Amino acid sequence: MSYLLQRLAHSLVLLWAVVTILFLMFRLMPGNPMAAYISEALNDEQQQLIMAQFGLDRPLHEQYLLYVWNLAQGNLGTSFFRREPVWSIILSALPNTLILTMTGLVLAYAFGILAGAWLATKRGTLAEGILVPMALATRAAPEFWLGMILLTVFAFSLGWLPAGGANSAGMFFDSELHRIFSRDFLLHLILPAVTLALYLQGLPLLLMRSTMLEVLHDEFVTMARIKGLSEWRITLHHAARNALLPVVTAFALGLGATLGGNVVVETVFSWPGLGRLLVTAVSQSDYPLAQGAFFVIAVVLIVLNLVVDVLYGLLDPRVSHGRS
Amino acid sequence: MAAGRAGAAPGLTGKLARLLRDPFTVAGLTIYAVLIIVAVFADQLMTHDPGEILFRANGRVASNQPPSAAYLLGTTNLGRDVYSQLIGGSRIALVVGFTAAICVAAFGTLIGLLAGYFGGKLDAILMRLADLALAIPFLPFAIVLAGFSRSSTTNVIVAVVLLLWPNTARVIRAQVLTVKERAYVEAARVTGASDARILFVHVAPNILPLTFLYGSVAIGWAILTEAAVSFVGFGDAKNISWGYMLQDAFVSQALSRGSWHWFVPPGLCIILVVIAGFFIARGAEDVLFPKLRS
Repeated sequence: MSYLLQRLAHSLVLLWAVVTILFLMFRLMPGNPMAAYISEALNDEQQQLIMAQFGLDRPLHEQYLLYVWNLAQGNLGTSFFRREPVWSIILSALPNTLILTMTGLVLAYAFGILAGAWLATKRGTLAEGILVPMALATRAAPEFWLGMILLTVFAFSLGWLPAGGANSAGMFFDSELHRIFSRDFLLHLILPAVTLALYLQGLPLLLMRSTMLEVLHDEFVTMARIKGLSEWRITLHHAARNALLPVVTAFALGLGATLGGNVVVETVFSWPGLGRLLVTAVSQSDYPLAQGAFFVIAVVLIVLNLVVDVLYGLLDPRVSHGRS
Repeated sequence: MAAGRAGAAPGLTGKLARLLRDPFTVAGLTIYAVLIIVAVFADQLMTHDPGEILFRANGRVASNQPPSAAYLLGTTNLGRDVYSQLIGGSRIALVVGFTAAICVAAFGTLIGLLAGYFGGKLDAILMRLADLALAIPFLPFAIVLAGFSRSSTTNVIVAVVLLLWPNTARVIRAQVLTVKERAYVEAARVTGASDARILFVHVAPNILPLTFLYGSVAIGWAILTEAAVSFVGFGDAKNISWGYMLQDAFVSQALSRGSWHWFVPPGLCIILVVIAGFFIARGAEDVLFPKLRS
């Protein structure tokens, strides 16, 4: 319990620090955010509203306190460009991003773990000679470029899958759940999710392979072999279970990179998620929206890391919690 | 046999010789060598000005030309030579990759040295800073930094350095913690050597190989980051990088037109340069730090 509280406090401090950096980053940027607000697109009343909301005429430290206060109340401001609350824009994009990320991660780790375990038993074969450099190459490739290749092949040349977006134009759904479980949505999900998975699978594959290679030399594997168990049974039941832990760690550490890296995949496939929202907001100088999107990405990251940390501690009793 | 020979020739020369026998390292170094040569002789290798709009004999813009003797990799939709852009892109990759890598390695090493050697409060503060840098979403940070200010290539490098130093610093710190307990460091302290002297004369040289290791991986990260930032549209239009080429191809409908000759080569170039860093790191880890792999 005290471990949990300690982790929670750590996460909160981290969150506060990220918020502070965010504040400084957007305030001290060359080019005043005011320049974007003061526009013919907004009437005087709206300008007054926004200025009062953010207190942009006050000194920096007061602005900072006001900003933290607003955030603590869940007020992310109003999008300059769309003139909607930032919070509601983000809420509509968040499910798309989470579904894409999770699908990509699950595909990548399912494939990577199995392929890695299999490859460990194929030491020195042609399969190893081809697949290991391939795994390295997909890790070295820009994810958006992998997406461009898949898009050209499967959407433009073969015409099997839709080229972008999360739903076909003109589709309406009763609820968010209906939308997400519709055939249309799933068809749109395939290419971006596979792109993400292709990019991500290299790490679990290589990691699983190398830890398997170590484990396969352990005594309990030799014991299993003496008992006359089949190779497949030894690989899966005895070795793989023990090789999984480093992969779980990598999964946790990879969450952050994945969520951030989504930005480019979402751009390639016009996927209406948080990353694309951030890119559009930055290109439109929509400070509140960009700041909000960045904030939510950072929060999701910190929360996921906290959850994984705690779960990890529960799963592996060897992890020391420093209960001194 | 190989191990025996290396044992007979200890020190850096022995390790270097073993490094050069590792096929991965050799492949990585070769890719870097080619990149440097191409970047240096780019002016001679280019067949056209990468930014110039080319015209055909009949006076029309030479847009979307397939590869031919005149245009080795064809042309863009605005009649620019893809091959020449590719060659020119090597310069930006080189500058971005190496500048960022040198800064990451130097910054990370310095912080790792200070944190590991002095310990205590300084260590605590520096490592909390490292936690913080790792908690910030990497690519969004680079995009915001590059997108809201203009001279973006520099900002990409700044973003990479700001967020990538902790990886290096943590490993260096761990290494310093073991090195500073060694007898020769103790001996130096007994003879009255100053902290600065112990740190930079006795400890630092033992850390240097690790610095190179992390530096070589940082080259790839920097190039990938630059490519991603350019791709989402916040690249420096004056510098036609590989990422910029891909963005240009993407927004110009090169995909639906099936202009493979345009968008495949820049991607392959990025893969080659990034994978070179992986290869070198892999080979170096095996040779310099066999324990790291266990």
